[in-house]
Amino acid sequence: MTIHAIIDVFPVLMKGINITITVFLLSAIFGYLFAIIAGLCRLSHNLVVRGITSFYVEIFRGTSLIVQLFWLYYAIPMLFNVGIDNRLMAGVLAISLNYGAYMSEIVRGSILAVDKGQTEASIALNLSPFQRMRMVIFPQALRMMLPELGNYLIQMLKATSLVSLIGMTDILYHGNILRSTDLSAAPTVYLLLLLFYFIMALPLILLTRKGEQISKKGVAR
Amino acid sequence: MVEAINKINRSDMKYQTTKPIVEYKNVQKSYGDVEVLKGLNLSIYPGEKVALIGPSGSGKTTIIRMLMTLEQPTAGEIIFDGKNLWHMERKGKLVPANEKHLRELRGDIGMVFQHFNLFPHMTILQNCMTAPIQVQKEDKESARKRSIEMLEKVGLGDKLDSYPNQLSGGQKQRVAMARALVMRPKIMLFDEVTSALDPELVGEVLEVIRDIAEEGDMAMVLVTHEMDFALDVADRVIFLDNGVIAEQGSPKEVLEESNNERLQQFLHRFRN
Repeated sequence: MTIHAIIDVFPVLMKGINITITVFLLSAIFGYLFAIIAGLCRLSHNLVVRGITSFYVEIFRGTSLIVQLFWLYYAIPMLFNVGIDNRLMAGVLAISLNYGAYMSEIVRGSILAVDKGQTEASIALNLSPFQRMRMVIFPQALRMMLPELGNYLIQMLKATSLVSLIGMTDILYHGNILRSTDLSAAPTVYLLLLLFYFIMALPLILLTRKGEQISKKGVAR
Repeated sequence: MVEAINKINRSDMKYQTTKPIVEYKNVQKSYGDVEVLKGLNLSIYPGEKVALIGPSGSGKTTIIRMLMTLEQPTAGEIIFDGKNLWHMERKGKLVPANEKHLRELRGDIGMVFQHFNLFPHMTILQNCMTAPIQVQKEDKESARKRSIEMLEKVGLGDKLDSYPNQLSGGQKQRVAMARALVMRPKIMLFDEVTSALDPELVGEVLEVIRDIAEEGDMAMVLVTHEMDFALDVADRVIFLDNGVIAEQGSPKEVLEESNNERLQQFLHRFRN
């Protein structure tokens, strides 16, 4: 492993950085979206809504993310002859559905952890059920969620590397290609890959810390 | 019983001429096997100040929580402002009230809680002006102006942009009262509002309640352990024991002249 090799490998990996970041950002957005929807649905008074959501959450928490990814990309299109021939869509869906399921439990738990007195005070002020959730309960629950949601953000970033398995040209994909043409490059490739993920995770780690600070203020438990 | 009713008549003279704002008709409340209220009959009149006293577990907090629609009676009816609170008519039959029905009625009821329950993520001013804007659709400027006036009245005009965790307990409770008052309720419920306060902060809160009481029109129900305060502010004192009204009348009658044994025991414990 030489300096020369690093200079060779770096630009190759950079070709994949766009894909990695795109998959990550989309997965994070949809992951949070699914988490909030599923978390709220699990608190619904409607039994059917609650049942369906629980089914989704348990299935996606209880099975492997790689298998879910292969299902979405290979199996479902073949079985039903519809849907996902788009790699980006399959990758983003798999990651966001999977992490959305995990994070929905955090959403649900945080909402339940807000002090009951907050609901009572907002009933006494005659806020509607929707206003109570939107203006009083959810803003406080969100503060409690922040540290954990931040942790999952970092995990989602690392999970993006799986999309190379359905042929998406992310940084891992380019690294693997390089290694298969030049076996001696393996240590450099994988060292650089570690660094890539770590450097991308750094701002997320800082963001999580910030979230922890925010969550210490402005909540009634 | 007859004696008790006579007492109400004496003490309530100045209010009895109008229709009650709240009527409890044989209201019962149980939690599982525990019967908290055993058939409560009680009328409260517009503008009347009623103090509920009694040992813990006697059901006094439950009485006001049912009126605030936080808890549903097990049986019986609560009539608020001439309308059935927990039931509504549908196709000629009385059915349990839905959220819409409750929202129509509880807008005229306000409540202050033992643990303040301020919204910690909002400033003091936001705490006060959110409900008028969102619920009563008041325009922002006027809600803001009225909220500031109300906060000035409770002595917190200089804390508008503070957050609840920057205030003392007494200040928090005064904000909670301002927040309830800007909604202009016809009746205000006070649930042991001084019990969670340090002793030296109780005075400032009682002073605000006294000011509100002196203004008049609004009916007030105070669940309280402050006997001297009840004597001072209330028109009627009700002693609850074991889920029933054991004694009621003017503060003087109940706190000084009654010879109800349970009441004597209760007061004795308090005065020590």
